[in-house]
Amino acid sequence: MERLTLVILGCAVVTFLPRFLPMYILTRLKIPKVVVAWLSYIPVAVLAALVVPGIMAPEHKINLTFTNAYFIAAFPAFFIAWRTKNMLLTVVGGMAVVFLLQYL
Amino acid sequence: MTSLQDFLAGSKKAIPIVLGYLPLGFAYGALASIAGINLPYILMMSILVFAGSGQFITVSMLAAGAGAFSIILTVFLVNLRHLLMSASLSTYLQKFPRKVLPLISFWLTDESFALATGELQEGEKNHFFLLGLFGTAYLGWVIGGGLGGIFGGLFNSSRAAYTMEYALYAMFIFLLVIQLKQKKFIFAAACAGSLSLLFYLLVPGSWYIIMATVATATLGVMVEKWKGLL
Repeated sequence: MERLTLVILGCAVVTFLPRFLPMYILTRLKIPKVVVAWLSYIPVAVLAALVVPGIMAPEHKINLTFTNAYFIAAFPAFFIAWRTKNMLLTVVGGMAVVFLLQYL
Repeated sequence: MTSLQDFLAGSKKAIPIVLGYLPLGFAYGALASIAGINLPYILMMSILVFAGSGQFITVSMLAAGAGAFSIILTVFLVNLRHLLMSASLSTYLQKFPRKVLPLISFWLTDESFALATGELQEGEKNHFFLLGLFGTAYLGWVIGGGLGGIFGGLFNSSRAAYTMEYALYAMFIFLLVIQLKQKKFIFAAACAGSLSLLFYLLVPGSWYIIMATVATATLGVMVEKWKGLL
């Protein structure tokens, strides 16, 4: 099998299983309150954990200067998301700032 | 309401996600075509994997010449976060027919999870509503990726690529902001972000996201217990 096909099929399997198994098993069981409380933190925690290193240390080193467009653009993106609650505006606004900063 | 009306109601709720997925999917397709991946494979990845961050990571690792096993393992680790979302969503799906669970879980993404959780908290929804919501988002992602694969070559410059890669972070920032409704979640975000950065810099590999997330949720529950809330 061609390598790229193998990569795609492999990624498909390892992506599906964590999506499927908890839902399939846990809908049969009564979930304890403490587990529900624990799970309620997951969305916020995982998103913050994804974003912070990516924007504050994009090249595996902390960079909080104007040379790091990803960090600077996070401020307008955060502000747009907060005020408009609009995903498209946030994405386009953030990308526009990153684009413009490269010409400074 | 009939099942079709429920499906369409869910489909309509997916519009904000689709509007985000079209440019994000386009960015993925464009980056993939710039990396030399052919259109059928670009589409195949969107159709079979359906995971934004995983697909972006796959493209950048393929471009860097990484091996198949290391790519698959990295994507597994990055997408392990769905484990927690899937478990969290299951609390609302107790009454759903079990045969729709494979499809609903296949369509589970950060964005659809965030939106579905909000909708399910507001009131009970059936599986047709959720299938409409998730299926429409999926269609948007696949179409966006296809368009990016076809027209992405027009954006072949390092500046454009650097800009397009930001789509992913802007989307995560949006999803994070709309969930910061309670004080405890603001603390949790600050905690997870700091821990993740720390682990990212200190621990080799891709475990930092999972470590920071699990530590934060556990700390949160411990604080609630200590305050007598649980």
